[in-house]
Amino acid sequence: MKTPENLLYTKDHEWILIEGEFGTVGITDHAQHELGDVVFVELPKAGDAFELGQPFGSVESVKAVSEIFCPISGEVTEVNKTVSERPEIVNSDPYDDGWMIRLKIRDPKERDQLLTAAEYDAWVYQDKS
Amino acid sequence: MRETPLNRIHRQMGARMVDFAGWDMPVQYDGPIKEHVAVRQAAGIFDVSHMGEIELKGPDALPLLQKITSNDASLLQTGQAQYSALMNPHGAFVDDTLVYRRGTDHFFLCVNAGNREKDFGWISENAEGDVTVENTSDRYVQLAIQGPKAIEILKSLTPVRLDKIPYYWFAEGDFLGAPSILSRTGYTGEDGFEIYFSPEHAERIWTAIIEAGKPHGLIPAGLAARNTLRLEAKMALYGNDIDDTTTVLEADLGWIIKWSKGDFIGRSVLEEQKAKGIRRKLVGFEMVDPGIARDHYPVHLDDGRSSQVSSGSYVPFLQKSIGLVYLPREYSAPGTEFLVDIRGKKLRARVVPTPFYKRAR
Repeated sequence: MKTPENLLYTKDHEWILIEGEFGTVGITDHAQHELGDVVFVELPKAGDAFELGQPFGSVESVKAVSEIFCPISGEVTEVNKTVSERPEIVNSDPYDDGWMIRLKIRDPKERDQLLTAAEYDAWVYQDKS
Repeated sequence: MRETPLNRIHRQMGARMVDFAGWDMPVQYDGPIKEHVAVRQAAGIFDVSHMGEIELKGPDALPLLQKITSNDASLLQTGQAQYSALMNPHGAFVDDTLVYRRGTDHFFLCVNAGNREKDFGWISENAEGDVTVENTSDRYVQLAIQGPKAIEILKSLTPVRLDKIPYYWFAEGDFLGAPSILSRTGYTGEDGFEIYFSPEHAERIWTAIIEAGKPHGLIPAGLAARNTLRLEAKMALYGNDIDDTTTVLEADLGWIIKWSKGDFIGRSVLEEQKAKGIRRKLVGFEMVDPGIARDHYPVHLDDGRSSQVSSGSYVPFLQKSIGLVYLPREYSAPGTEFLVDIRGKKLRARVVPTPFYKRAR
């Protein structure tokens, strides 16, 4: 399972790439693997605002549905339409083409609550045992 | 949890295992989409050894079957099978079953995993005269090899002329050295076979079929693909689409009721329903708004009445979200729209003709 070092993570298996006051959000390799074949992704609209920990969409596989939680408070500036049209890219490329939303971050200090790659890996391992 | 004789092999092959009716079963190997599509276009192999087998023997086996099932078992010739309902007094299902006639006085029933003991009890309770009823579930492994390439793959593994077996017929003979029942039946809407044999041959035969099938595109398939395949073909799942409260007529399975055969358990209820008309009917639907309607999601009608999705999923071959639901008769015509509550959002769905998928013959 891949866990890129340059991203931050949540215990709910989202990742965020923080660049200045903007963040790009998706679900982790572990999450897509656990879900299996992704067939439907429901995303918000640009302009919608979410609090840290609030669900902003859902990912559905053949067998299961899973909510996606906002890793940091902010306003959606862009939504990845490609994942709605071709949900399978969430499986094949969760960290790149499979990104879901871009946010304008409201409070940069919230990043302190996120996990590093090493912390996330440890969490997943513990989650499994 | 109960295990089939192939449990070790499934784990070795990297299957994801789940609890299904108390059985530790493979839900997927490489992924349900790939497995589903393989069955539609080439072939897949399923371990369905959790299914139960009950055998009825003796001169009174046929009268017993005629009493407890809705279909007419007297129409079966030796070597022929039929889909039937094991009836309760309410005109509903104790189970749905495949009835095989192995001889004049010998019938073999394939029943659902979760209903093995209940069915055996119900059949035994109703047995009269010269008939023995035996739960022989532990004596059989059942493999389903399904898909357009199934026959080509299997014919090299048996001296039995598989191409001479019509749909819903079976033969008994040698399969890779094991005395077997080779049945041209299935739960996928595709051509294929269901093969029953003794558990000691399980691993060897599974492996041999996988090897023989590889060049033809056969892959192992799990319960997730089995569910989406049967849903596309609108085959009912006991516990979801039919149960001990849904009548055979409501389930839109009137074709397995043979009125000409005489009395059977639940007949009077069905006769009354037929005369007065059913109040609700199991229909197929597809989503109009984007979303996936899953099992048990609430359904709302414009007159304020409600129901719930009995089976619902995204299906990989048709690539859409479909399902089954009991609707009042007035709402059961194709084209009728209703709302499905998908985690708080009311999304539009439409009744459509079924089966959703029908193979070219």
